[in-house]
Amino acid sequence: MVVFDEVFIAALILVGSTFGFSAALGLLRMPDFYTRMSTSGKAATLCCGLLLAGVATLFHDTQVTARAVAAILFLLLTVPVGVHMIARAAYRVGTPMWRGTSARPRFKNPKRDLR
Amino acid sequence: MRVFLLNLLLAISWSALTGNATLTNFCFGFLIGYLALRVSPSLPGGSKYFYRLPRFAHLAFFFIQELILSSLRAAYEVFSPKLKSRPMVVRIPLKITDRNQIFILTNLISLTPGTMVLEITKDHSELLVHTMFVDDPEAFREEIHQGFEKRVREAFS
Repeated sequence: MVVFDEVFIAALILVGSTFGFSAALGLLRMPDFYTRMSTSGKAATLCCGLLLAGVATLFHDTQVTARAVAAILFLLLTVPVGVHMIARAAYRVGTPMWRGTSARPRFKNPKRDLR
Repeated sequence: MRVFLLNLLLAISWSALTGNATLTNFCFGFLIGYLALRVSPSLPGGSKYFYRLPRFAHLAFFFIQELILSSLRAAYEVFSPKLKSRPMVVRIPLKITDRNQIFILTNLISLTPGTMVLEITKDHSELLVHTMFVDDPEAFREEIHQGFEKRVREAFS
């Protein structure tokens, strides 16, 4: 039982930090503002959620669990609003957008290309 | 809403009476309270609540599933040596009109990796969504209508 618990917690924290790493790498690798925002901002939510869940199961204590649940709830409330506001500001000032797979990086104005 | 508060009160008193304030016990108390309220006759606004809560739970599960699936896809994109995504901005006409429901819907779309809401038009009739992994805008529109929008409408109306 104890072994199972430890493996479960280790898996939670490992997967969480992998998502955190992918968010950091996305910030470096992605070509334009919007894709950087997509890969980093949201993977970080899942990363923090998994890490907090792991910590809560590890300590198995009411205070720690309550704080972890509250932190996850506030993350779910605040992250999308922040992401939306920053992306909307970028969209309104016409930050150039990556055109998609191609050898050279090419950019376009997002306002001219709605599908 | 009143029935929900009553249910919460029952869950809190369950935790207090059993003297065990863990999250699992609280959830168990909430479930017992829900069943007790379910069988009790004539609550004000009760039938609406019993109809809504399972829908709400369904929305939450659907959202977590979407979050994990699209996170995996975004992580795969980041780790793959060649970038394969084709970003585009898709216009999504909305069927829901209530402002709170639009707020929930935009939050859910913004939270799943790979999609984020850029703009809501002034008359609240359309969303502009930036997507990374969509090939066909029409199919994506249909996916949002059948998935998130339908479930949000069911859970909150």
